[in-house]
Amino acid sequence: MKPDDPQIRWLKEPQLGLAGKMYLPLIFDGLTTTARHLVGPKVTVSFPEQRPEIGNPQIYRGVHRLNRDADGRVKCVACFLCATACPAHCIDIVGVESPWPDREKYPESFTIDELRCIYCGMCEEACPVDAIELTSLFDLTGRSREEMVFDKEKLLAVYDATKDKEPMTSPSKGGTL
Amino acid sequence: MLYWLAIVSVIKIVIIVAVVMTTAAYLVLVERWIAAWVQMRRGPNRVGIPLTNIRLFGLGQPLADGLKFIFKEEYVPAHVDRRLFLLAPIVIMASALAVFAVIPVGDTLPAMPWLGLESPVALTVAPGIDVGVLYVFALSSIAVYGVILGGWASNNKFSLLGALRSSAQLISYELPLGLGLLGVVLATGSLRLEDIVGRQAETGLWFAFTQPLGMLVFLVAAFAEAARLPFDLPEAEQELVGGYHTEYSGVKLLLFLTAEFIHMITAALLMVLLFFGGWHFWVLTESTSGWTQVLARGAVLAVKTLAMILVFMLVRWTWPRFRYDQLMALAWKVMLPLGMVNLVAVALLEELAGGWPPLALVAAGWLVAIVAWVGSAYAGPLITQNRPTPPRILEGATDET
Repeated sequence: MKPDDPQIRWLKEPQLGLAGKMYLPLIFDGLTTTARHLVGPKVTVSFPEQRPEIGNPQIYRGVHRLNRDADGRVKCVACFLCATACPAHCIDIVGVESPWPDREKYPESFTIDELRCIYCGMCEEACPVDAIELTSLFDLTGRSREEMVFDKEKLLAVYDATKDKEPMTSPSKGGTL
Repeated sequence: MLYWLAIVSVIKIVIIVAVVMTTAAYLVLVERWIAAWVQMRRGPNRVGIPLTNIRLFGLGQPLADGLKFIFKEEYVPAHVDRRLFLLAPIVIMASALAVFAVIPVGDTLPAMPWLGLESPVALTVAPGIDVGVLYVFALSSIAVYGVILGGWASNNKFSLLGALRSSAQLISYELPLGLGLLGVVLATGSLRLEDIVGRQAETGLWFAFTQPLGMLVFLVAAFAEAARLPFDLPEAEQELVGGYHTEYSGVKLLLFLTAEFIHMITAALLMVLLFFGGWHFWVLTESTSGWTQVLARGAVLAVKTLAMILVFMLVRWTWPRFRYDQLMALAWKVMLPLGMVNLVAVALLEELAGGWPPLALVAAGWLVAIVAWVGSAYAGPLITQNRPTPPRILEGATDET
């Protein structure tokens, strides 16, 4: 496209005054801005000592947990909806007949590969009994791949560790306890 | 006697090289701090004493940076001109360090008979060089060779472009640099840095007060010579990858980067020596007893230089880079005429205003500076017309800017 192309829209440039031509406003604006930021408050979070604020823990997608019901039993009914919904195929459930009268099945084992997981939250959305939830724990580390495959006990332990800070919301919304 | 002189010279060289290299390493840290603070970050504050948890605000960072560079692979690409490729960083580093031979860091140390030194020791590696300023300029011109050799030997389009830009820029800005300096030389009547500082200390009138226009021209040219933003065209990362040192790695890259910081120290030191009174600060440095005087003068020089370097760094994060035609226009159409005006004004004042009081000299200098700057703004040589004439303004488009 050439400069005299009729399709180019030319805008009128602002006229520079004498001060503008002498670069004075530019110089003072620039220096005051940098000087202000130089001594101003910093936005960096010094991570290990200082924890970042998580805006809303209820919608943050961190490490999973398996919720317990009022009797302390695992809430999951082994319906496999989360495993079906999971796009990363990281959930592995073995369902067996339930020893309790109020449900047909329960998970004998329930493992999530935290390394395969993409933390999309679809399992949480798929779950009909609000058994699987994503917490606001984000600094998950481990020393081996095996360690990062969370089994049922570990997922329940995550619930025990986080239930006070992030209580289940389902009861208040009319869901099961 | 000659034997002792040689030993004293070697000691002085070792001290100044060690101090300059350490300062350059810590300036990297300071630059990263300033960059971080201006961008509302905290900057490097973790690395302290090795093998402990003591952090010291990140003061161990230069050590870690240096170790990282040393342990990097020394990779020499197959397509480079090997000899010149290896020569370039040596040239740039050697010329950068050799400048410090004539920099006076104070006046003289008192004689130390208990060490066998019967006469006072001058605090310059090569004292009494009558063309000290010329020596500095000659060596800073040699630094261009390092840049060009690096860019040429790399056999790489980006490197060559960076080297070409750099050489054109450095050669263009030598003229205003020299013109800014010429006013100082004219006022002093000597090319020795010791004399220039001595004159300012004697009258108490720093040349920044009496020749503000020369100071401005020299400052801008010094920014360009040190290839600092807003004149860092040689290595404009966004356009040229790394400029002339794109192909370098490991210690050779470290030499290039350190040389850049040494150039900045040199530029700041020259600013301080030529225009801000060097080691002179009215009451502080007038004590005559040997050691306190030496220490006070050294401290004053260091503080002034550091303040100048901080200005360099703050400016880096304040203004965007010049476009290349603007860079050239600034050198040839603005700085060169301003330098000429300054030179003529200084010559006239030296000739006519022999008995004027200091205040009148300062006022005359500032008057010249303001008039010349306003004049250059009226002429507007930096405003480029690249639109078709007459520019077609579409209806309704006039208010948008």
